[in-house]
Amino acid sequence: MQTDETVTHACVPDDYDVAYHRPAALMDVNMHYCPGCAHSLVHKLLMEVVDELGIQDQTIGVAPVGCSVFAYEYMDIDMQEAAHGRACAVATAIKRLMPDKFVFTYQGDGDLAAIGIAETLHAINRGENILIVFMNNAVYGMTSGQMAPTTLPGMKTTTSPFGRDTKFYGAPMKIAELVAQLPGSSYVTRQVVNSAHGVRKTKQALLKAFEWQKQNTGTCLIEIIGNCPSNWRMTPLEASRFIDEEMVKAFPVGDIKTPDQPSLEPTPENL
Amino acid sequence: MNVTKLMKGNEALAEAAIRAGCDAYFGYPITPQSEVLEYLAREMPRHNRIVLQAESEVASINMVYGAAGAGFRAMTSSSSPGFSLMQEGISYLAGAELPCLLVNVNRAGPGLGTIQPGQGDYFQATKGGGHGDYRLIVLAPASVQEMADHVFLGFDLADQYRNPVVILSDGAIGQMMEKVTFKPYQKPTVDKSWATTGKPASRKRNAISSLFIQPERMEQHNLKLTEKFNRIRESEVRFEEVNTDDADYLLVAYGLSARIAQKAMDLARAKGLRVGLLRPITLFPFPEKRLRELATQVQGMLTVELNSGQMVEDVRLAVEGRVPLARYGRMGGMIFTPEEIERQLETLFEKAYAN
Ligand SMILES: Cc1ncc(C[n+]2csc(CCOP(=O)(O)OP(=O)(O)O)c2C)c(N)n1
Ligand code: SF4
Ligand SMILES: [Mg+2]
Repeated sequence: MQTDETVTHACVPDDYDVAYHRPAALMDVNMHYCPGCAHSLVHKLLMEVVDELGIQDQTIGVAPVGCSVFAYEYMDIDMQEAAHGRACAVATAIKRLMPDKFVFTYQGDGDLAAIGIAETLHAINRGENILIVFMNNAVYGMTSGQMAPTTLPGMKTTTSPFGRDTKFYGAPMKIAELVAQLPGSSYVTRQVVNSAHGVRKTKQALLKAFEWQKQNTGTCLIEIIGNCPSNWRMTPLEASRFIDEEMVKAFPVGDIKTPDQPSLEPTPENL
Repeated sequence: MNVTKLMKGNEALAEAAIRAGCDAYFGYPITPQSEVLEYLAREMPRHNRIVLQAESEVASINMVYGAAGAGFRAMTSSSSPGFSLMQEGISYLAGAELPCLLVNVNRAGPGLGTIQPGQGDYFQATKGGGHGDYRLIVLAPASVQEMADHVFLGFDLADQYRNPVVILSDGAIGQMMEKVTFKPYQKPTVDKSWATTGKPASRKRNAISSLFIQPERMEQHNLKLTEKFNRIRESEVRFEEVNTDDADYLLVAYGLSARIAQKAMDLARAKGLRVGLLRPITLFPFPEKRLRELATQVQGMLTVELNSGQMVEDVRLAVEGRVPLARYGRMGGMIFTPEEIERQLETLFEKAYAN
């Protein structure tokens, strides 16, 4: 583990109202993420939810191998760093042994959809009462932009230099739709975080998922369309446009399944 | 109160896990150790413990990681091919210094091999089958009684050193039935304030990780682990000696091979050759000091193993050429007879027999 480098912030004068706080459960440290990367934003949302539910002392997170491998440096909660792809197995054991705690995994698309697909599907099939936060940025960010199972058709990556050929590599895996098929999943949704609206919806989804976990409804999976400006070779703004114009076409946004409405198709109304 | 039962090795091991206060067991079926999972699937729920048939050995070992990281006594068991699948996870467990008990009921290989007993996984267990620089404490039971005893010992050593412990058994010890006595056992209280149990306001957060991205910190961690492995080398060597007092020749063997070697020793002694036996009980740490001492006493050594010669390399390093050293082995699930080993002694030490 690394030591925290505390960042000193300018003091807020007494006569100002502070409209925006760093969540108490988020460490006051510099993050290593590239500018404009969605990981940092989602970390913040997660910790806001932990704050609001008052569950900092009852929450255990599992970090993946991927760009968010250092999530435990940023979240002020107990965490375990799992081997590449195995977060759901690690989380299964933690939750089975401490069923009263809140347990979540935070995983990228390489981690969850490629190397860890077996652990993911089986944890969900067993209906483990955990939350899976699935960060889909369509590439392997950490290893500098190789093709992921979620890479869009035609999308150029370092290992699909001529664009993903679906005849050769298949179509992007729709994880949320896939896991919604399993009776063990309870709340499955896909959200974006490239707009204020999307951020609010994502936060609501996270809140709901923890609420459902309290009721032991089964596995909750929130697929978040992230980004990777660095490896998409785009500015953050271009990346945001790419999400609106390309990503959401392949990965429709909205609730796919909720415990009270088990087989919800994504519709414009529930977006 | 002592309880004595007639049991299979695998079942004795499973029963011992319950008596040792194992909180969680994760496993995947594979011959010749499936009885462990089957026994625990039946018995653990009655003790309010967690037992889970995982989707693979990869999942099992990572479940052990999660459980051990949360401060619980956790274990898994498998046989050779399954144990190979666990190696990445074992490296992570060693790197994150998580105590846990891992059992390999060795079958013959390589590849899918056969379900018959073997000792071909000696290198994997003792030299670090996974990546990076780590050691496991390796216990080698030679009886059903030890299948049970090593569970208590293994869990305790794991907790004491915050290191994974392996019980390296084999298909014969796992499947044979013998008398086994369970003595009362008190689980020691161990400080696990590092575990991820949920961070109260009163302490800093706990993180279980084997990641040290800066080389300076990684090396510090490596040095800390090395120091621990050296402490283990100093304090935890275990072995058994039979008839070494007057021995002119020494058999060295572990596990099932040691049982057969002991019979061979008796046969040789009946013919007038003073043979002794050294049976390593811990394969790491290895009883190298004692072997070095015995190298100055005996005129020859013979290691017998159910492989093409693995432990013999550690014996060779220990005796440093002080004494002639030979090896004998069978493989593929074939097991040597005492007579076969005794014939080896006879050919090797012909001159001594002649006297
Ligand atoms: C067993 C193993 N294989 C490969 C790697 C190398 N590796 C590290 S991160 C990664 C992919 C991460 O991609 P993703 O899960 O999508 O996360 P992102 O960085 O995009 O957030 C790979 C292949 C590894 N650490 N371990
Ligand atoms: S490489 Fe991509 S995923 Fe990783 S931090 Fe940078 S932008 Fe984010
Ligand atoms: Mg990714």
